[in-house]
Amino acid sequence: MAPHTEQLSRPAAVRLSGLTRSFEGRTVLDGIDLDLPAGQFTALLGHSGSGKSTLLRAIAGLDHEVAGSGGLTAPERVSVVFQDSRLLPWMRVLDNVLLGLPGKDAADRGRAALAEVGLAGRERAWPGELSGGEAQRAALARSLVREPELLLADEPFGALDALTRIRMHALLRELWERHRPSVLLVTHDVDEAIVLADRVLVLDRGRIGLDLTIDRPHPRSYREPLLGEYRERLLAALGVTEDHA
Amino acid sequence: MSTTSTTTPVAGAAPDPAPGAADPAPTRERPVRRRRRLSPGRRLPAARLAGPVLLVAVWAVASAAGRLDPAAIPAPWTVFRTGVHLWTDGTLPSDVLTSLERAAYGFAIGLTAGVVLAVASGLTRTGEALIDGTVQLNRAVPTLGLIPLFILWLGIGETFKIAIIAIVVYVPIYLNTHAALSGIDQRYVELAEVQGLSRWAFIRRIVIPGALPGFFVGLRLGVTGSWLGLVVLEQINATSGLGYMMFQAQNYGRTDIILVGLVVYGIFGLLSDSAVRLIERRVLSWRRTLSS
Repeated sequence: MAPHTEQLSRPAAVRLSGLTRSFEGRTVLDGIDLDLPAGQFTALLGHSGSGKSTLLRAIAGLDHEVAGSGGLTAPERVSVVFQDSRLLPWMRVLDNVLLGLPGKDAADRGRAALAEVGLAGRERAWPGELSGGEAQRAALARSLVREPELLLADEPFGALDALTRIRMHALLRELWERHRPSVLLVTHDVDEAIVLADRVLVLDRGRIGLDLTIDRPHPRSYREPLLGEYRERLLAALGVTEDHA
Repeated sequence: MSTTSTTTPVAGAAPDPAPGAADPAPTRERPVRRRRRLSPGRRLPAARLAGPVLLVAVWAVASAAGRLDPAAIPAPWTVFRTGVHLWTDGTLPSDVLTSLERAAYGFAIGLTAGVVLAVASGLTRTGEALIDGTVQLNRAVPTLGLIPLFILWLGIGETFKIAIIAIVVYVPIYLNTHAALSGIDQRYVELAEVQGLSRWAFIRRIVIPGALPGFFVGLRLGVTGSWLGLVVLEQINATSGLGYMMFQAQNYGRTDIILVGLVVYGIFGLLSDSAVRLIERRVLSWRRTLSS
């Protein structure tokens, strides 16, 4: 089944209509209309300052005191993964995962989530004892344990080294396939977007400049030649011309 | 030579003095010399006691050699003997108790006031508007300058002394706790919003633990402040307590008793500061992973 027909058949998890946001008179988001179907893995590309994070924060409901208008619907259970792991240094890893999670079986679910991201046995560690990759895994566990319908990720791998990043890509995709939340991954890394997402949006001057469906099987390799076409289209949309010397 | 004789030269290993190894192009290798260390290096054991012990030793030697005027600086053993004598005849214990009681009451009130005011002003905008400016104003007035006014208001009894100590204590606790509360990382606030924490859970899981390091800085300053206030109050306006004992000794030229009083103050200060440090270490145990 092609993703296009899938998109039509599935209800929208996130719906933006004429979403506008501005800071001190400068329009950052300029009337965005966008549907994110339930369960779709979408990547959002853009230059720094293009409004990627503003869009993500608007969907997350984190943009207090930002002037704006437009319609916005999002699911009830939304999790956010930030660029920094944002673990509270005074709580052990398991308690960080359980932050704000109600229920008697919360601890068991937290342990299961940690095991899922490969951190079984580190429940009692302090965040200061984790490596950057481990901390980001714990952050993923914290967002997954809440069984989100929508997972928003704001450059979650931006601060990791290249090797760790590749491993985290595989992990994120694997977790998505198992839990099927809608994902909106904000990134500035074109390759990351192509390898992970089924749909890539390019945000340009506050509008969606390109909406590209990537209809290739997973897992994808960075070397896959067909992905090169997507890469060039995305780079062109970002205003980067590659010099084939 | 090492017992494991590997033929492949390992980068970074000690240079092999045997020239027989397959070593193409003998580059001029230099053994790695460790660089000069600029940090002070490892801590000496019981290092903090070394200075005071040396000081007492010098004092004892100088007294024994007769280089110190015993009327100005009596020998350490004279001070010790006077201390034992004052303790056994009951004057020192009762003076110590009186002083401790004052310090404890003043400290408890100051601690409570500091924390309550800091929380009220750190977590609500109304509280901040009402409290913060007032405390800053209070801070600008030297607390010991309030003594004459407080004596007129509260009489020269215990109340005014406790009130002065409480003020000396609450100011640093308020300032540091308030600064820590208003300095809570905005990213953690955002996290709390994302995780859907209630206001109370936010305070309990994020605000309080996040503000604890600042609170402890204030607490240590407050503890020191309580002794400072005590010394001043007891030396000017008291009819009992350690300071009074020292004041009387001054009238009779008993430097040994004055020194006993100073030593006791010093012990109190040291013990209370160590106690706060100990609590701090246990409560903030998560920090050790960062600093060590």
